[in-house]
Amino acid sequence: MADYTPDYVGTVTKYVFVESPTMTAGELALRAYEASEGVLIKETCFGLQVTGEPEAVEKLIEEIRTFDPVHIFVKDRGFPPGDPRRCRANLGGARPGYLGHEREFRVLRYITRGLEELDRRGEEPEEPEKPAVPPARGKRPLLDIKRLQELIETEES
Amino acid sequence: MAKVFIYPATSLILSDLVARFGHKPLGAALGIRERIQTAGVDSPPLQITPEDPKRGLKYAAVEVPSGVRGRMAIYGPLIEEAEAAIIVTDADLAFGCMGCARTDELILFSLRQKDMPILELKYPTTDEEGIEFVAAVRKFLTSLPKGGES
Repeated sequence: MADYTPDYVGTVTKYVFVESPTMTAGELALRAYEASEGVLIKETCFGLQVTGEPEAVEKLIEEIRTFDPVHIFVKDRGFPPGDPRRCRANLGGARPGYLGHEREFRVLRYITRGLEELDRRGEEPEEPEKPAVPPARGKRPLLDIKRLQELIETEES
Repeated sequence: MAKVFIYPATSLILSDLVARFGHKPLGAALGIRERIQTAGVDSPPLQITPEDPKRGLKYAAVEVPSGVRGRMAIYGPLIEEAEAAIIVTDADLAFGCMGCARTDELILFSLRQKDMPILELKYPTTDEEGIEFVAAVRKFLTSLPKGGES
């Protein structure tokens, strides 16, 4: 096995996605550059990648979220920016994971709507008339124990 | 702050909402980052080392293909660490080769076997469902220890 000396040890990398009618990725990048202190920022088509010491990145992310709270979304990234194993400049195509982001990007507007509505409702969410989210797996009513006994007796007789 | 495992483990939406409401999302990136930043265990461009399928034995039997065990070497420790989980069951982005598909099944099985709060839902397809989705996630996360909007 070849020796491997990792880059950016001890840092964290986060994606910042912006899906906003009022803020472009370029504008977000400019404002992030202004707010950043010792954090590496890479502008992308969908927003940013920020890399740095965990505390510095966390502080910057908190600041970035205030620009447009319901239209900016953040997630962790394992690879640092420009890593030759993932950088599309080396791979010659979309990097792995891009299709997942593309799929979720289509859903982001509904999440934004949900965040806006919850902001409007305030801290105490109104109780929805129906269950908040239908259970993913259909839950059938449990069989009554007396009914089960009747069935067993019917079968045995 | 509770550690919340998210499924799909690469989900932007779940990762963001969990962090937004004051908890720590546990996703694939954390496991990958640990490997990438550890010297001497890797040989680029590989991310799974020959040791990983052995580590995966803790989470899957030896008859299970090594690809699944290798992936579980990443996800297994995160599942062990998790104090709660949010699962999106109809996520069509959670697909892949047979190794990924079987690993996904094993992840879901392991999460459901663990005695911890789990929220299962589906991705929204309308504004109304979006509101319900975010409300359900917020309600679930605020019910966890030290939850609350950050």
